[in-house]
Amino acid sequence: MFSTISTTKTKTKKQYRGVTRTARIIQGFAFWVPLIVMVVMIIMALFANWIAPHDPNQGKILDRLLPPSFMEGGKSDYLLGTDLIGRDVLSRIIYGARISLSVSLLIILVTGGIGTILGILAGYAGGRTDAIIMRIVDVALSFPGLLLAMLLAVAIGPGFKTVVLALSILGWAGYARMIRGEAMRIAQSDFVAQARVNGASGWRIMIRHIFPNIINSLIVLMTLQVGMIILAEAALSYLGFGISVPTASWGSMVADGRANLDNAWWIAAFPGACIGLVVLSGNFLGDWIRDKLDPRLRQL
Amino acid sequence: MSSNVVLQVENLHTSFFTRAGEVKAVDGVSFYVREGETFGIVGESGCGKSVTGLSILRLLPEPSGQIVAGKIILEGKNLLELSKKHMRAYRGKMISMILQDPMTSLNPVFTIGDQVGESVRMHQDLPENMVEAEVIDALRLLRIPAPEMRINEYPFQLSGGMKQRVVGAIAMSCRPRLLIADEPTTALDATIQAQYIALFEDIQEKTNVAIIFITHDFGVVARICDRVGVMYAGKIVETALTRDIFKNPKHPYTIALIKSVPQLDRKDDQLFSIEGQPPSMLNLPPGCRFCPRCTVALDICKEQEPPEVKISENRSVSCWRVK
Repeated sequence: MFSTISTTKTKTKKQYRGVTRTARIIQGFAFWVPLIVMVVMIIMALFANWIAPHDPNQGKILDRLLPPSFMEGGKSDYLLGTDLIGRDVLSRIIYGARISLSVSLLIILVTGGIGTILGILAGYAGGRTDAIIMRIVDVALSFPGLLLAMLLAVAIGPGFKTVVLALSILGWAGYARMIRGEAMRIAQSDFVAQARVNGASGWRIMIRHIFPNIINSLIVLMTLQVGMIILAEAALSYLGFGISVPTASWGSMVADGRANLDNAWWIAAFPGACIGLVVLSGNFLGDWIRDKLDPRLRQL
Repeated sequence: MSSNVVLQVENLHTSFFTRAGEVKAVDGVSFYVREGETFGIVGESGCGKSVTGLSILRLLPEPSGQIVAGKIILEGKNLLELSKKHMRAYRGKMISMILQDPMTSLNPVFTIGDQVGESVRMHQDLPENMVEAEVIDALRLLRIPAPEMRINEYPFQLSGGMKQRVVGAIAMSCRPRLLIADEPTTALDATIQAQYIALFEDIQEKTNVAIIFITHDFGVVARICDRVGVMYAGKIVETALTRDIFKNPKHPYTIALIKSVPQLDRKDDQLFSIEGQPPSMLNLPPGCRFCPRCTVALDICKEQEPPEVKISENRSVSCWRVK
């Protein structure tokens, strides 16, 4: 009799928690794992010169095409193996994080910033302003990005700056188009009308009322862009218009290793895995931030 | 009598210029509101009552909506002559407006305190530590329980009636001289509606604000308004004290409207309704606008618009039958 009562009690207690223990642990993982991945990547990028065991650009030709150390024939000196001219893959990944992360961060900030400003302006102001901005967006979206990058590379020479410029100059258009749609929807809402009635100026409405309601979609779009930009940078580097040859970036490493996928898969696979990890972590963190920003989902 | 008139609207004409032509949404409307008085504007959908409210705030949808002629005088100042920047300073501070739907009138991503505070910060040059006191004051004026706790809550945590009160608190936060309420009770259920109207009376008593109450509900009019203007197709056809309009309506449209309000003590099988449709605002009849639906129309009604006849201190009617 007594035991029955006590078991019922524990059961009720558990039910009231709402989420089960396992679900909470999984939810926790979905936040902590990507966070740790991101932090590790950023530390790698920041302190590359202390962390990397070898010079990323100096290869030992005798140690070329060595497999990772955990495989047969691998040297313990080269944890993730070496590439075609004997450079340490791990060191190149660590140094490559610098380029890949800073390129994508910079481009995301520039394109996201410009796209958001123009998108809100177009969506809120409407009329002629909207028409002009959106025609520019149409042109930017229809222009082949690769061609522009080539032109830029010819004009100012390949390198970090060229990659950023080439991907930013057109990249903002996608943001602008999406943000404009959101801004238009929010500009029609009653709370914007109410703000206007209370004497808020156009700028105030755009900054205080429209922008905070757009942040969610903006963050989701930005995190999705991380992967796209790393890949676009890889394509540019592969064609020789991006990061110039000896400097490592994840994209260029994947491109380098492509030719040897059958006999030395590690050259392309490890930087590729890094790209995948960062993109996935970015998406998970983006989701998490969005949930935290939404007051309806915020824990009370 | 006219010494404490807060707002005087004279011969206001507001038009929308559309592809199909000029729509005279408000066509020569004149009225005034005194301090501490509630003036009701009643009429069916599309008669121009909301446009009248927006015209006073000069917030017509641009570029199609324009005030073509008239004067809107708020405490001696013609609002139509103010610069855009000046006008903005008037909105929320001198004139406030409460919009129809409380569910969506608050920004979902900011707390109540933030949103009431925004209006306070915008119009009053107060040190930051006094803003909160001001916000709590405004919430208390609208009888929102436990305002100190509410300021940290988000709109989705409040009920519809509570949201509408917060909207009211924003409107009253700077103690405006004039409050325009555009059907603020339409989205509320009957009990909350009654409470909300009682609240308006209370606020008016405390702050002496002049209120323009836009509604289509004669029941609400009877409860809150001191005087009423009945609007039809862009014109005010009759203005009177509330009690007179119920006891002794003069204009055929007013008579018909009041007859069509359901009453518990009348045992009619069928509710009275006015035949026909309001005229198209693009193509108005040459004479009296109500003439095609009027049961007592004269020959002159078809040809000439009736002039506004002032029959007593607080009463004027535009009808050929009223002399």
